[in-house]
Amino acid sequence: MTDVKLKLPIYMDNHATTPVDPRVLDAMLPYFTQVFGNAASRSHSFGWTAEKAVEAARDQVGALIGASGKEIVWTSGATESDNLAIKGAAEFLKDRGNHIITAQTEHKAVLDTCKRLEKEGFEVTYLPVGKDGRVSAESVRAAMTDKTTVVSIMLANNEIGTVNPVNEIGAVVKEKGAVFHVDAVQGAGKMTVDFHGLGVDYLSLSAHKFGGPTGVGALIVRDGAPLLADRRGGGQERYRRAGTENVAGIAGFGVAAEAAMAGLNVTALRDRLEAELRRIAPDAVVYGGAAVRLGNTTCISMPGVKAETQVMALDLAGICVSAGAACSSGKVGASAVLAAMGVPVDEAATAIRVSLGWNTAADDIERLIAAWRDLYVRVAHSDISHAQAA
Amino acid sequence: MTYSPKLIDHYENPRNIGSLDKNDVDVGTGLVGAPACGDVMKLQIKVGADGLIEDAKFKTFGCGSAIASSSLVTEWVKGKTIDEAETIKNTDIAKHLALPPVKIHCSVLAEDAIKAAIADYRAKTAKKEEPVSEGEQVAAPAK
Amino acid sequence: MNAFTQIRRNDQPIYLDYQATTPVDPRVLEAMMPYFTYKFGNAHSRSHSYGWEAEEGVEQARAQVAKLIGADEKEIIYTSGATESNNLAIKGVAEFYKDRRNHIVTTVTEHKCVLDTCRHLEQQGFTVTYLPVQKNGLVDLEQLRAAVTDKTVVVSVMAVNNEIGVIQPLAEIGKICRAKGAFFHTDAAQAAGKIPLDVEAMNIDLMSISGHKIYGPKGIGALYVRRRPRVRLVAMINGGGQERGFRSGTLPTPLCVGLGEAAEICMKEMDAEAKRLTKLRDRMLKGLEAKLPEIYVNGDLDQRIPGNLNISFAYVEGESLMMGIKGLSVSSGSACTSASLEPSYVLRALGVDEELAHTSLRIGLGRFTTEQEVDTAVDELVSHVTKLRAMSPLWEMAQEGIDIKSIEWAAH
Repeated sequence: MTDVKLKLPIYMDNHATTPVDPRVLDAMLPYFTQVFGNAASRSHSFGWTAEKAVEAARDQVGALIGASGKEIVWTSGATESDNLAIKGAAEFLKDRGNHIITAQTEHKAVLDTCKRLEKEGFEVTYLPVGKDGRVSAESVRAAMTDKTTVVSIMLANNEIGTVNPVNEIGAVVKEKGAVFHVDAVQGAGKMTVDFHGLGVDYLSLSAHKFGGPTGVGALIVRDGAPLLADRRGGGQERYRRAGTENVAGIAGFGVAAEAAMAGLNVTALRDRLEAELRRIAPDAVVYGGAAVRLGNTTCISMPGVKAETQVMALDLAGICVSAGAACSSGKVGASAVLAAMGVPVDEAATAIRVSLGWNTAADDIERLIAAWRDLYVRVAHSDISHAQAA
Repeated sequence: MTYSPKLIDHYENPRNIGSLDKNDVDVGTGLVGAPACGDVMKLQIKVGADGLIEDAKFKTFGCGSAIASSSLVTEWVKGKTIDEAETIKNTDIAKHLALPPVKIHCSVLAEDAIKAAIADYRAKTAKKEEPVSEGEQVAAPAK
Repeated sequence: MNAFTQIRRNDQPIYLDYQATTPVDPRVLEAMMPYFTYKFGNAHSRSHSYGWEAEEGVEQARAQVAKLIGADEKEIIYTSGATESNNLAIKGVAEFYKDRRNHIVTTVTEHKCVLDTCRHLEQQGFTVTYLPVQKNGLVDLEQLRAAVTDKTVVVSVMAVNNEIGVIQPLAEIGKICRAKGAFFHTDAAQAAGKIPLDVEAMNIDLMSISGHKIYGPKGIGALYVRRRPRVRLVAMINGGGQERGFRSGTLPTPLCVGLGEAAEICMKEMDAEAKRLTKLRDRMLKGLEAKLPEIYVNGDLDQRIPGNLNISFAYVEGESLMMGIKGLSVSSGSACTSASLEPSYVLRALGVDEELAHTSLRIGLGRFTTEQEVDTAVDELVSHVTKLRAMSPLWEMAQEGIDIKSIEWAAH
């Protein structure tokens, strides 16, 4: 619709959110003003066409992550999905046990949900990670008891991009008879995610992490997995999640999923970036660099320079990155993920996160390298570095 | 709810709408269902001297499936003997119209309607011949 | 307004189901577009201009929503819709105050999400009073007064009913709640933007708002949570602490902006639209009454939003009527359109006879309804009701002077 030619900053914070893919927006538009019916309206074509769109998207998302349509529960986003899965399973199974296992590196949506459950009498084990930033299947096995009902471990970490051995962990969880939730928010659209193949019970997805719109996500629930609905009302989503379906958002989600089948091929760009930055500053550390990682993520330190300073300088140079997870309501806090990896606080404070996306170009990488170098050189050759350390 | 073309046809072009004279000795009237349930069917047959149903009429208060079911029954009974008409099964009606599962009860009501009309006719015929105790009736006829 | 030409294609039926949902006003879509394109940042991203721009959009919209209901922006929490807001409001306060108060009062005509939430809380040990309503759909204030005790934590009464459009006496209800120290929650999904709402004047403590009922997008709503005196609630969705901890999760910036714009348009056009819709509705009703005897409006006609009509067409079953009026999109109070075989519980609560309940249609007029559409609808309804009455044994009996109620039906 609108063709905008502005000089926009280069965006490299795709783990926070991604620009909406134009194909996605095109697919959504009719559902705002023309095919605008309530999908639950049984009595007329406005309702039927809306329902059709919702069902078509179900197939598209199902194809991306290897699940069947009826295993998909549409939600308003990953935070809701995480809440629904963990609380829904824990509450359902509380006669069987009250122990939950998760990791220190999980997204706040998972961690705060667990904290909330602790207030209600559940016990939660927050597993540490290895130096590589990943959770090991062994640590899960060691933590499991006969009271463990729910295990929640994310697929790919939003800060450092490391990928957990979900297959192995899943086998352990299944062996011990608990259910397994995987937050696949950062993984979907960047790596192959096969719900049935992974053998997990619940999977959280968020549309706006791979070119879809904000305000819509999904919880994939294995057929037969226990789940207590949280939100009650009109019986939508087979009574698992009430509320009028966000038809436009869901339609957009479907198209984003379809587009994401092509994969995100920016690994070469990311590798070049890391190689160059380390050439410029040999002391720079890439966190999680040795582990299995998403191909679009770099969490890298600029020795001696605070992350906020880097972010500001890069912003002035027209480049957007992040100095920590976006989803905190307060100021940018210290990274819990880096702390969990044993990175000293001072060092962790010098790390920024660069996450490439579907519209990242080779030229953007060169610009980032140049700006990063400028800042590093400036600081290294001046007394500002002393003020930084303060 | 997608309705089959046959069902839609019976709804848009219902066969045999109307009424026969219920006081006529050759007419059997069946009135089944209840307004509170949202389904009421009145089905009437006129039996000729040769024992064949020579005319049938219906009126229905109900959804599209109910209207189609009763319309179909009036079509089917014409030219049949009342014994033959009595064998009409709701499953045949449901199959012919491809009724969705939640509407099967409409075909059941239509079967009840024709049986009620036949029972009413039989009771009238019996009364004609000799006084007998009241025959079986599925529904009380309109007073 | 030329917006009409962008709404609805010529191949679609006339839309008369505005209580089920509304199309997004083209002006709202226009306001949203930048946030679907170049202003795509995450509103919580502190580090760059994409984030700041998004945050600005979200905060501006928050102020617009607040203004619509006379609240302060800090009191508006974004949710994914009214279902969530209703769940959060009632469960949230009940959970928080459960050690002190464990009684809830609501009405039998509430939306399912309120009723189901209350039933769930009953299973958790709360007691719930489900107040009946009068024949006109309005709650009896004396019954309400008697039901609210010092153990009542929240009274939940919807401002406008989605099936019959009647407007509850909000200010009076608010006063009663205040006197007993109970919170007043109102589901204003069908009311916001259609009737004036003022949380101060009406003593409302919690209010649910739905985007897609006010010509905004689906997937967004709001919950008003009073700050003075403070209303506390237990959040349903944890993580990240957004929305002052009441509702975590990345805010869907374009949808928030859409909700705000929709609210502002409603505020500006409320009076004019109410007048226009009243005229259209009267036109429709008069048109029907002129040609069809024995039609009855369900619910109070005066204490009602102008865009709603709920009519029983005696002797004609609702679903069969809807099948006939192919050029119109309405909904029915008849069982045949719901999954169960029971007619609308709202109509039942009004005391509408079951057989009349089966004959009712809900007709919703809205911003883009034209006079021509109303006239066409009247013609179609008259034509099909007449045709179906000719096919109806009940109509026949009524014409013959038989009292249908006197008959013993052999029901199934």
